[in-house]
Amino acid sequence: MVAELVCDVRLLTAPFDPAAELGAFTAQVPAAGGVVSFLGKVRGDSGVEALEIRHYEPMTLPGFVALARTAAQRWRLDGVLLLHRVGEMGPDAPIVLVAAASRHRRDAFAATDFVMDHLKGESWLWKRERTAQGWRWIEPRAEDHSDRERWR
Amino acid sequence: MDQGARLVFLGRLEDLAGMAEMAVSAGPLEDILAGLKRELAVALLDERVRLALNGRLVPQMGAIVLGAGDELAFLPPVSGG
Repeated sequence: MVAELVCDVRLLTAPFDPAAELGAFTAQVPAAGGVVSFLGKVRGDSGVEALEIRHYEPMTLPGFVALARTAAQRWRLDGVLLLHRVGEMGPDAPIVLVAAASRHRRDAFAATDFVMDHLKGESWLWKRERTAQGWRWIEPRAEDHSDRERWR
Repeated sequence: MDQGARLVFLGRLEDLAGMAEMAVSAGPLEDILAGLKRELAVALLDERVRLALNGRLVPQMGAIVLGAGDELAFLPPVSGG
């Protein structure tokens, strides 16, 4: 009997507490032997005063859910956590928290890495940042594509 | 009953349009675009801009005809998560 997959995927419009979220997720996957997590945050020393992320309701969250499910089909997981902020946030603020829980650690490491590589550049999110020079839209980076190619 | 359709502008297109959404009359997309200010229409026709009709990507804009209640979103290249 395989326990049902925990799939917690949310878009958040307000600040969140990564430690509390990770604790709550871990509590839901008692059979797991390990939980790997990645926390992405706004850099605190880059001159960025604010980061704004915009999304498109009908597509952004469904895309995240599909990505989490793809990871769960590819590796043996007990659970996937994918939390992503939208809206405006300041330096040091958490942006994204991804975690995977599995029986054995390698599945969790790989799934977390896979989800992050596909979030970058394949999610329906638009970012701009404010520095002393004003607001600037962030363009896709070539590395985002090569990072995803690793999984083909 | 609203007989119109809606355009949605994402990312920098929202800034260019000066609004996130625009109510338009239903009909062929090319007619709708012809009624927009030129700078915005040119940006919307950029080949890197993807289109989604009612939340689903559409392959190309050539033959799109908006019906009552349809929502057409213009999605510029994404910045990554």
